[in-house]
Amino acid sequence: MTDRKTLQTEKISGHSGPSPGLGMQRDFEVCKLVDTTTCIGCKACEVACVEWNDMPFGMTTFDNTYQTMPETRWNFWNLIKFNEHQREDGTIQWLMRKDQCMHCADPGCMAACPADGAIVKYTNGIVDFNQENCIGCEFCVSGCPFNIPRFNPGTKKVYKCTLCSDRVGEGLEPACIKACPTGCLKFGSKDDMKFIANERARQLKENFGMENAGVYDPQSVGGTHVIYVLHDATDPERYGGLPKNPTIPWSYTVWKWLFKPVLGAFALFGGLGVLMHYVSVGPRRPQPEPPEKEAANGNGD
Amino acid sequence: MGTAIDRFDEKARQTFDSIGRTEVYRGELLRHSVYTRLLHWAVALFFFLALFTGFGIYLPWLFRWFTPVFGGGALSRILHPYFGVAFVFFFFFQMLNWLTPMIWCDGDSKWMRNIRRIAASQEKLEPPDTGFFNAGQKAMFWEIVAGCIVYLITGIILWAGARSFGATAVAISYVLHDLSAIIMLGGIFIHIYLSTIGEPGTFQAMTRGAVSEAWAWTFHPAWYKKVTGRDPREDYEKARQQQNTTPKANSNPN
Ligand code: HEM
Ligand code: SF4
Repeated sequence: MTDRKTLQTEKISGHSGPSPGLGMQRDFEVCKLVDTTTCIGCKACEVACVEWNDMPFGMTTFDNTYQTMPETRWNFWNLIKFNEHQREDGTIQWLMRKDQCMHCADPGCMAACPADGAIVKYTNGIVDFNQENCIGCEFCVSGCPFNIPRFNPGTKKVYKCTLCSDRVGEGLEPACIKACPTGCLKFGSKDDMKFIANERARQLKENFGMENAGVYDPQSVGGTHVIYVLHDATDPERYGGLPKNPTIPWSYTVWKWLFKPVLGAFALFGGLGVLMHYVSVGPRRPQPEPPEKEAANGNGD
Repeated sequence: MGTAIDRFDEKARQTFDSIGRTEVYRGELLRHSVYTRLLHWAVALFFFLALFTGFGIYLPWLFRWFTPVFGGGALSRILHPYFGVAFVFFFFFQMLNWLTPMIWCDGDSKWMRNIRRIAASQEKLEPPDTGFFNAGQKAMFWEIVAGCIVYLITGIILWAGARSFGATAVAISYVLHDLSAIIMLGGIFIHIYLSTIGEPGTFQAMTRGAVSEAWAWTFHPAWYKKVTGRDPREDYEKARQQQNTTPKANSNPN
């Protein structure tokens, strides 16, 4: 991972052709593993993210929880969500989940984006926003099943976690990983992280009696490049709105990529249609029409 | 119709008639007042501005074609809603202006059932009960009224975005907004065709504001009867006979 080829572009939003140079190198996919069972809610990752990305200080909203703010913001991409879950026996389980972009293999933001080059996906799996190409339409916000992209009304651009593509491109791990004191965050190849996550889930089942423990890597978006180990993978919703079955709205799949071009072409054929009418049926003139010039008969062909 | 609206329209027409001119020559009829014409072209201008800024955002394959015209994607996105609002704004007044002549009547349903013959040009003269607007024009008018309502509601939702209205509302609005545009665009093609080369003599109705009597008895016989008090068929027959008896003017070798 020490050279820049890990940032070879795989997909470009709103782009009418293949990405140049794709498939020239063999590349592995990166992945961030978040083990919610060992997160202690210290928020070191939040601070590291704000630090590395040089975000300005912002006021937060206090709503009687340990959570820094209710939702991520355009300048706050990494938020630990604190949730209390009541077990069947009445005891409370305190859940902490690091919320950030999931870096989907099949990103809804990218499907929704109309702007050429505003979103790119690298072959290593990182999904990155290029603000200089963003047109500020916010369609990505409604295309993302994880409610991640955030609009900055000042710049009229959208921002989100980059998985520290700038660091990863230089062979470093993302800032949040570096800051994590418990080893709850890990970074490596997707295969390695999946292996570790599954091992950890097995441990939780066998040694801790958590029979529903499992790995969150939703296949409905082709898998993600941020995966979770959950105490109870049967109900991810309880971790502060992690969707069980994240899906991209059909507006940005079937409608955008099939019906829009087809119906658009139909409308343009309407233009062709009226021309065909003109050459075949011909114009309707006010009556009576002036008599035809006799010599003209037989001259045309 | 509502008298308040009528009074408003009347006042607006008078005001604009004192600013602009409409010359009606002998053998012609007044078709559209200055007010109507100005509204029509304001509507058409902003429709196309909104259409072309919208095209850039509509499909990735159109992005590089249409956004440079308006100073890039970001500026297109900023301008598009303002163009759209201006379009709806001017069309709103046009709607008030045309509410009365656009009322649907029995003759219109008959006209619609007969649309194949009309499109195939099998009827040289419109049916005698075709008034100021024919059923096709009325249909397009009401389609635009409906389309404007859809544009406005979905447009505001898209403008303020998912952070204000939620992801689902935006995803649905996205589809409805497009649909409205596709339907309206299809209608506009037919509209432009018929008002220019498809039915010669129509275009001047929206430029100079006057049309020939022959145009009126051919395309809007009931209206012709109303404004001239004469029978459109009779006048047509008279004109035809006159034409047959006049010596062939175009056999002149010069
Ligand atoms: C270059 C484009 C256009 C041309 C040449 C054009 C021309 C005309 C003409 C000549 C008329 C008068 C028809 C009559 O008196 O019977 C008319 C009417 C009208 N125009 Fe346009 N127009 C154009 C674009 C538009 C657009 C973009 C809209 C709205 C989106 C529009 C909406 C209407 C409506 C609602 C009427 C009355 C109903 C009708 O005649 O169909 N026009 N137009
Ligand atoms: S989580 Fe949302 S913003 Fe991140 S890649 Fe997936 S769709 Fe895009």
